[in-house]
Amino acid sequence: MRLTVHDLACRRSGRLIFEGLSFSLGGGGALAVTGRNGAGKSTLLAILAGRLQAEAGTVALEGAGERTLPECLHLVGHREALKTALTAEENLAFAARLLGAPALQPAEALERVGLAHAARLPVAYLSAGQRRRVALARLLVARRPVWLLDEPTAALDATSQGTLQAMMGEHLADGGLIVAATHQALGIAGIAEIRIERPAAVLPPGDA
Amino acid sequence: MIWDLANPTRFMGYSGRALPWLGGLAALTLGIGLVMAWGAPPDYQQGETIRIMFLHVPAAWLSLFFYSTMAVSALGTLVWRHPLADVSQKAAAPIGAAFTFICLVTGSLWGKPMWGTYWVWDARLTSVLVLFLMYCGVMALWRTIDEPARAARAVSILTLVGAVNVPIVKFSVDWWSTLHQPASVFRVDGPTIHPSMLYPLLVMALAFTLIGITLHLAGMRTEILRRRVRTLTILEAERLDAQAA
Amino acid sequence: MSAFLAILSRDLALANRIGGSGWLGLVFFLLIVTLVPFALGPDLNLLSRIGPAILWIAAVLATLIGLDRLFQADEEDGSLDLLRSAPAPLEVLVLAKVVAHWLTTGLPLALASPLFGLLVALSPEGMAAMVATLIVGTPALTFVGAVGAALTATLRRGGLILAILVLPLMVPTLIFGVSAANAATGGTVPFATPFLILAALSLVAAVVGTLGAAAALRFGE
Repeated sequence: MRLTVHDLACRRSGRLIFEGLSFSLGGGGALAVTGRNGAGKSTLLAILAGRLQAEAGTVALEGAGERTLPECLHLVGHREALKTALTAEENLAFAARLLGAPALQPAEALERVGLAHAARLPVAYLSAGQRRRVALARLLVARRPVWLLDEPTAALDATSQGTLQAMMGEHLADGGLIVAATHQALGIAGIAEIRIERPAAVLPPGDA
Repeated sequence: MIWDLANPTRFMGYSGRALPWLGGLAALTLGIGLVMAWGAPPDYQQGETIRIMFLHVPAAWLSLFFYSTMAVSALGTLVWRHPLADVSQKAAAPIGAAFTFICLVTGSLWGKPMWGTYWVWDARLTSVLVLFLMYCGVMALWRTIDEPARAARAVSILTLVGAVNVPIVKFSVDWWSTLHQPASVFRVDGPTIHPSMLYPLLVMALAFTLIGITLHLAGMRTEILRRRVRTLTILEAERLDAQAA
Repeated sequence: MSAFLAILSRDLALANRIGGSGWLGLVFFLLIVTLVPFALGPDLNLLSRIGPAILWIAAVLATLIGLDRLFQADEEDGSLDLLRSAPAPLEVLVLAKVVAHWLTTGLPLALASPLFGLLVALSPEGMAAMVATLIVGTPALTFVGAVGAALTATLRRGGLILAILVLPLMVPTLIFGVSAANAATGGTVPFATPFLILAALSLVAAVVGTLGAAAALRFGE
């Protein structure tokens, strides 16, 4: 599986967010998208997820067969896509049913992120960190090759960050792809980096 | 006494002991009332259908009684800051709404043989319907706001504004022609109903009141338990959060 | 199919859990039916003549009230992104949401209408006709409304704009709904004619509404 983005440009409300953005990610590859707040990291993920239209450029996923890119990905963004009136377990069960390709059971996924005892609690009662962990647990209940993560370490304590790191490592070892918008180092060996600056200033990895 | 019971635990204790007695007394009074209602003579004009009155009139009185209870509890929440005032309000709303509904339905069933129609838009019926809608509004607001203290303040304001509105509605629709019978019990000259009907009516009213109070206390206990569950859930979530950190 | 059922059962569970949606719609329905006699006066003859019209207008407005949260709730908490990544077409998912919405708003309205028919002195034939026309006609209202709801999902003050967008589209349903309800209580028009047209409107709305709402969500941003 290979995710190729070529010459991507994005404009929102007339403002040019970025242009000329290109990268190619193969199976087992991870990409960190960095940049100041508001630079356009979340926008890039939104384009990849199919929520926004790019102004120019192409996004292509090879090796996916009949499926489109949105059907091959998990998006864990700022908004966690959790219904506060339902319990953590019910939210995950819904996601598993909706997305297909079930992997772990909701209870097991919650156990993995350290929320086994919070499974029956309505999400409304959970803290920000706990909700983020439930959202991350969604990555485990349905098998998808591409993971789009927006600030995945936000609101997580050290233990949970370690769990996330392990989850990402296993995903990559399985041949999955990760594109993560982040301020923090994710602890993944060999991760590529792309930095979004003012338009047309995309620095290749390694450059200061 | 009211302030004695301000402590929820003490309230639960007293009400837990009082409830079986109250319930028993209510059932007994209802039984007596029904027997008396059955024994009362049929009306020379309406025949047996007059007996609906023994359900309809007490229900009407109780619907107003419970709105007053809600209004007083609302003052308790906003002005006197009694800790259980909002619990009292919340428990009173569905009971009052139920009595209003019983009043509307029994009245409607009584109206068909008496007036030939299930419903007519006259002053008394219309203002009772408006009262029912206001109960619905209060119950809707309770459900909309999550946090109990905030909800209580909002509902108190709504209840008190509504308490002003009810007489206004009553006054304004009095201009319409009235098919409904004018007041026969609470009158300056004394009741106009014959004692053979008055006494069963009063007993039924007492029975309904006891039933209402029993349900109200039970409702308050349930609400207190509900809030305890909520607090425990919040604490549990926090405990799990702190544990992981 | 599992995606369709997943959304249907989730939305029904949410409507049940959060509560209010179905009941609020009914109370609102009752309120509007109550308002008309306040304005027109208690003349029962007049009220029973326009009874079906009052009930249908109340149904339209009550449907409108619940619509703006149809997609907005999912948009706000990011669930829409989750739906976009489902293996089923967006149209199927939209259909599931609209069906769940109708089951919790339109259907209760239709079933409760005889009770409200009492308030406007509707005859038994009139009440039966009301239930039938509402069951067959409210899907049209909900599907058409769904398009408006999808268009305004991202807007802050969506409610008012939604009403302005959607009410003109609901007019044909209103016309034939009232016509059918009136036809059942006498008159020159046979009941079947407007009733079948009403059914056709609902079927067309189901298709157009689903496609339109999905398109609106897709090109929303």
